[in-house]
Amino acid sequence: MNDETAYFEHGADIGVIGRGATVETAFVEAARAMFAIMAEPGEVDESLSVALEFEEADVEFALVAWLNRLLAEARLQGAVFSRFELARDGAHYRGRAFGCKWNASIARGTEVKGATLTALSVKQDEKGWEARCIVDV
Amino acid sequence: MDITRFKALNETCWTLPKVQGETRAEVQLYADRELLAEMDDKVAEQILNVARLPGIVGPAMAMPDAHWGYGFPIGGVAAFDADQGGIISAGGVGFDISCGIRCLRTNLNAIDLASKAVQLADSLYRNIPAGVGQEGEIKLSTSQIDDIMLQGADWALARGYGVDEDLQYIEERGCVKGADPGQVSDLAKKRQRGEMGTLGSGNHYLEVQVVEKIFDPACAEAFGLHEGQIVVSIHCGSRGLGHQIGTDYLVSLAKAAGRLGIDLPDRELACAPINSPEGQAYLGAMNAAINCALANRQILTHLTREVFARILPEARLETLFDVSHNTCKLESHEVGGKKRWLYVHRKGATRAFAPEHPQLPERYRHAGQPVIIGGSMGTGSYVLAGLPGNPAYASASHGAGRSMSRNAALKRWRGRELIDELAGRGILIRTRSMRGAAEEAPGAYKDVDRVAEATEKAGLAKRVAFLRPKVCVKG
Repeated sequence: MNDETAYFEHGADIGVIGRGATVETAFVEAARAMFAIMAEPGEVDESLSVALEFEEADVEFALVAWLNRLLAEARLQGAVFSRFELARDGAHYRGRAFGCKWNASIARGTEVKGATLTALSVKQDEKGWEARCIVDV
Repeated sequence: MDITRFKALNETCWTLPKVQGETRAEVQLYADRELLAEMDDKVAEQILNVARLPGIVGPAMAMPDAHWGYGFPIGGVAAFDADQGGIISAGGVGFDISCGIRCLRTNLNAIDLASKAVQLADSLYRNIPAGVGQEGEIKLSTSQIDDIMLQGADWALARGYGVDEDLQYIEERGCVKGADPGQVSDLAKKRQRGEMGTLGSGNHYLEVQVVEKIFDPACAEAFGLHEGQIVVSIHCGSRGLGHQIGTDYLVSLAKAAGRLGIDLPDRELACAPINSPEGQAYLGAMNAAINCALANRQILTHLTREVFARILPEARLETLFDVSHNTCKLESHEVGGKKRWLYVHRKGATRAFAPEHPQLPERYRHAGQPVIIGGSMGTGSYVLAGLPGNPAYASASHGAGRSMSRNAALKRWRGRELIDELAGRGILIRTRSMRGAAEEAPGAYKDVDRVAEATEKAGLAKRVAFLRPKVCVKG
């Protein structure tokens, strides 16, 4: 975890926060914070990328859908991600994750099992958008 | 937690009086005064939310190891009657469906281990896939995953992972009824293809332990335990399949709740009436994940035996018991003098059947069900036995329970230093994750001795044996 401001406290699990000028960038930063629990982003090269898309009208459920789809894709690929892109057209989200297969040079962090609905919020203030939720580890 | 708003029902049971006009079930928190005071305020908030769910029967309860969870508190117990609109909640089971502990007794004593401990630790570490990103040697098709979801530990046994006697000492003999692979997404099945026989990460572990103290000689004899004996505990669950089922149903049930007229006090309590199509779908999927977890622990048992056979060929490892602590199960309980069939949610709580319960294996019929309170690398674990008159739908604590957040633990400990310090105390830790070791520092947990003592004082289960860790493979 490089950036302490990307996390918030929970008794047993970990709260992740993404901030940005748009919903999409906030989601991208939340994903980065979540995957940094599993591996230091600087140790993950970008030898593979995975595209994904989903539909979700509720912006808060969309954050959970985004994070959980990324976790599932990482598991299917035997990979860890460190960089993300996301575009939104109404309720349709189209994203891409960049990373690599797990290998001996990547120090293991803690596995994230899933993004929860606890402390879930996606909101806008004068500084931009903030997306947050608890992830189960 | 501010305990002044609690009313003590006795020295280990506390309630929150209702305010006028409040419509909810009672709440009961089982803990001594100190454990209660150490709990986060969120535990009270979450158990109050559980008490507002439809169809709850009796109180919403928290065990002595309770801590802040998501939806239910960890250590939460609640029962629902399907015929009275009772619900089943994905948030009342959690992501790691049927996470639990398999405990194996051995014919070894501490002295047998002494000169082999390092070799054993290294070999277990090499042969038990553990930690984020680690897959197992077993690669399966989705149709084979379907078979596992229907057959549970039987599937593993049929492929040579274990011996027939193991099944006698697994809840429901290793296979729950009602599993419905058709309610499990293809994504969940795909996630499991390389994950059978893996330990996982976080608080999961495989520990080699020594029985340091016997509290109840009669029960210990029934359980085959004696002081100085080596035992092995394996803590893990249903891996990616369970995680994906939790993910899928948490959102779908949260969305369905509104449609079904359920006013959720917290979206994480995502639920549906048990008798609704949505509730039945989750029930079928959850049971499928339970069977997957039972098969996973059976395979890990086999891998553990293989390692022991190489390092300590004289070793015999017998299943003492296998008990899950993240489940919802249909059970018969007496309420108000009548037997009722209830769906009992235990999220971070262990089933603890009393002596003479018909589901107990013959060997334990007079002793009660073995209950395992898992430890925290450096402290210890307890084996307890179920008690007659358990006031919490035959439930008890499942672990020490966290007392400090992972972020706080990371700031306080360094993984390498912690591992070295534990080695100095004769506890060998093997892990791929220094971060994980720091997060799981023994100091980040409650005092397991107090949790076990409070569990006994509250009449939830009685202490039988204390186990001291010697080797710990952490996920």
